[in-house]
Amino acid sequence: MKVLVAIKRVVDANVKVRVKADGSGVDLSNAKMAINPFCEIAVEEAIRMKEQGSVDEIIAISIGPQVCQEQIRTALALGADRGILVLSDEQVEPLAVAKILKSVVEKEQIDLIILGKQSIDTDNNQVGQMLAALCDMPQGTFACKAEIKDGQIEVTREVDGGEQTVLLSLPAVLTTDLRLNEPRYASLPNIMKAKKKPIDNTTPEEFGVDISSGLKTLVVNPPAERSAGIIVESVAELVNKLKTEAKVI
Amino acid sequence: MSILVIAEHDNSSLKAATLNTVTAAKAIGDDVSILVAGSGCQDAAKAASEIAGITKVIVADAEAFEHQLPEAIAPLIVELAGSYSHILAAATTGGKNFMPRVAALLDVAQISDIVEVKSEDTFVRPIYAGNAMATVQSSDSIKIITVRTTGFDDAETGGSAAIESCDFSVSQEQSKFISEQLSVSERPELTAASIVISGGRGMQSGENFVLLERVADKLGAAIGASRAAVDAGFVPNDMQVGQTGKIVAPDLYIAVGISGAIQHLAGMKDSKVIVAINKDEEAPIFQIADYGLVADLFKALPELEEAL
Repeated sequence: MKVLVAIKRVVDANVKVRVKADGSGVDLSNAKMAINPFCEIAVEEAIRMKEQGSVDEIIAISIGPQVCQEQIRTALALGADRGILVLSDEQVEPLAVAKILKSVVEKEQIDLIILGKQSIDTDNNQVGQMLAALCDMPQGTFACKAEIKDGQIEVTREVDGGEQTVLLSLPAVLTTDLRLNEPRYASLPNIMKAKKKPIDNTTPEEFGVDISSGLKTLVVNPPAERSAGIIVESVAELVNKLKTEAKVI
Repeated sequence: MSILVIAEHDNSSLKAATLNTVTAAKAIGDDVSILVAGSGCQDAAKAASEIAGITKVIVADAEAFEHQLPEAIAPLIVELAGSYSHILAAATTGGKNFMPRVAALLDVAQISDIVEVKSEDTFVRPIYAGNAMATVQSSDSIKIITVRTTGFDDAETGGSAAIESCDFSVSQEQSKFISEQLSVSERPELTAASIVISGGRGMQSGENFVLLERVADKLGAAIGASRAAVDAGFVPNDMQVGQTGKIVAPDLYIAVGISGAIQHLAGMKDSKVIVAINKDEEAPIFQIADYGLVADLFKALPELEEAL
């Protein structure tokens, strides 16, 4: 079985970003970048499936500028077999990402696509579902458990009220939630080995995908600031303030 | 301009998230219809018809829609889409699951998690865990939108819209519902509660959440948790408040033993009044709290319970 894992280069989860003064976006100059945490979980899940013998090959794909190669290398160091970098210096919106991935799925005859449920920068939570629709595949989103069984995959999903388990036919799309697994760290020998693994460079145009989007960002503003309030000295003072000042209890 | 709202329901009752979504729809235009897709969902449809100012309720009642699997729901919405300029669903795990599928089938973008309607084609949505707010404009012929429920008030009830049935059916073998493990609680729902008290890593164990429960009982509050508390196995995932968990904006949010990671703040910083109880006076949570109490939570919580 062949697995495609999509990974996105995003700002490190611990960085608090600032909006640019001209409203054109957020300031990422000199910010530490990393694999989107949910994508890291996706890579880990694919590796575990390979270790259990149900997966033969893992392809890691990323879409973006040349530097995204760093994140593909990280995935290769963790255990992916080869990489594909789809070069684009422009921001590629979820629908176009899904179209590019669909082309790869068809070309590479992929059986299972694993993606993060959302990226921590644009917070869209769309690509996996869109890809499933375009490929006419079932989807197991927000997965906290996934098990391949007789040509099918059983997925337990984190939903608002608790958990839901569904059985999907393969090929299928899986998107990861936080508790699917705990990603490993790459070992130094594996980081060295990853340097020799192949990464194919391509472009959206080569797949005939138009990356223009019906959605345009007009302006990016900082959120309404909350200022720190006061420190109370005791529980009694707190309760008093909540009753008489804030009037919320 | 006609707008379709996809109802959030469990077949027998309508979820409050539907009311927020209707309010967002009304901010776009007046002609708002509601789709209730389920199985044996007549009661939910009736509740939807009682929302004030609705044009009509469309009911698709079939076994295939019972668990609202996206492989079944998406083709249904696509079938109806031709009559609408906007289709909205709540940004719950339900709406987030099937709406992008609908958008892709219609070959349009989805606008996720809107918190404000600027005009019929322009919306505001948080990005970077709410550390930036993007104003986006859509030129697509049909706008597929998910709505962050905390951004909009509940729609009023008291209406009596016509209920129409839709006999479109879907037969698909790709996905099958196996089971559901839903938390049962007598407390208010986390996303709808007016008071929420949440515990973090500082709670040290799941058993210690009983201290929060006692306070919650006095206040009629819902109980939440930080990711750290869920990851540590103290409490189940459906209690997680944060960027990737539930987004809440109650009148009062009490954060206990929560340091205040960016991802947690993203889920609660729009609360009206925030209280933080933490023994570490340097904890970032104090920077956004209206009232901070630097104290050992194991002393403070019983005292709080006593004082209420």
